[in-house]
Amino acid sequence: MMSSFWVIVACIGLALITLITRAFFMIPERELPLPNWLKRGLKYAPLAALAAVIAPEIVMSNGQLIGSLADARLPALAASVVYFFYKRSILGTIALGMAIYLPLHIGMGW
Amino acid sequence: MAITLGQRAKSIVRDPFFWVGSREMGGTALGIAAWGLVTGVAMVKSGLSVPLALFMGLSVYAGSAQLAVLPLMAVGAPLWVVWFTAICVNLRFVILSSMWRSYFAHLSLRHRLAVAYFSGDVIFVNFMRRYPEARPQPEQLPYFWGAALTNWLAWQIPSTLGIFLADQIPLSWGLGFAGVLALLGVLLSMLKDRATWVASIVACTAAVAAFALPLKLNILVAIAAAVAAGLMAEQLQKQASQLPAARDEEQRS
Repeated sequence: MMSSFWVIVACIGLALITLITRAFFMIPERELPLPNWLKRGLKYAPLAALAAVIAPEIVMSNGQLIGSLADARLPALAASVVYFFYKRSILGTIALGMAIYLPLHIGMGW
Repeated sequence: MAITLGQRAKSIVRDPFFWVGSREMGGTALGIAAWGLVTGVAMVKSGLSVPLALFMGLSVYAGSAQLAVLPLMAVGAPLWVVWFTAICVNLRFVILSSMWRSYFAHLSLRHRLAVAYFSGDVIFVNFMRRYPEARPQPEQLPYFWGAALTNWLAWQIPSTLGIFLADQIPLSWGLGFAGVLALLGVLLSMLKDRATWVASIVACTAAVAAFALPLKLNILVAIAAAVAAGLMAEQLQKQASQLPAARDEEQRS
């Protein structure tokens, strides 16, 4: 069982990790030289990080690729993608996706 | 003349770009809110008391790292495992920090650290869309703080609600899917040429293929693969435009 003291120490460490990883290259006063190709390549990093966070959330459950098409995430995903390219609104994309996902997931157990 | 922190904060909030930054968080904030709510519920459900959950949410402020370490904390994993996992999940921010530097290197160390602590993924994406050129401009700071404070509120208010309402909101509803949809919208809005499409498809495939790796290292594998793929796609496009057929076409048009 977790003691309060242990949790507080863990959280202080985690908060420092948040700060240091997000600040990493901003901490030194002088710029650390990076090779040019890497600088150019790094502009794909944010998009890759987003894609890498989302993809497993959509096509996997419990560490396995989903084996059934009766999964509420798939129709919600399809509708959201189409809607986004049609309207370009993130709010609408979320609203439509959830309007399809929640009834299928809670109601039908998909 | 030295100005106080309060005066500085006031001049930032009065700047119209503060509100532009805030507004551009717009719809995405709804998804962030759903994710914050789920994280709040998850903290209490994994055994933290309400005060400790509040402390964790307000100090750590990193949703994906929190969700990754909670199961470890619940089973009493050693501290270094908890911290090492959080570092791995947060490594993507190290990469992003090198890009923040080109805009905010002129600030004092204390201000740079404050900017860093409040910078999340979505703020980064919005900021880079508005300021694609790595050149400091005065309006960038108020823009950043507008986006960052909106993001903080959109995360912390629902996260706190989730902590207090943990028993009323079952995680099985899957409200966190709204967060996935929000990031999906942000990702789709970044696809503007062949190289970005290639990079994100490669990233998706790599993240799923490498999912079995411990410590969420599949995210780093995906970033490395996508950077390589993006650079290659750029190169191919450049070479293709230098082919004689393409050059002729350019001359004709």
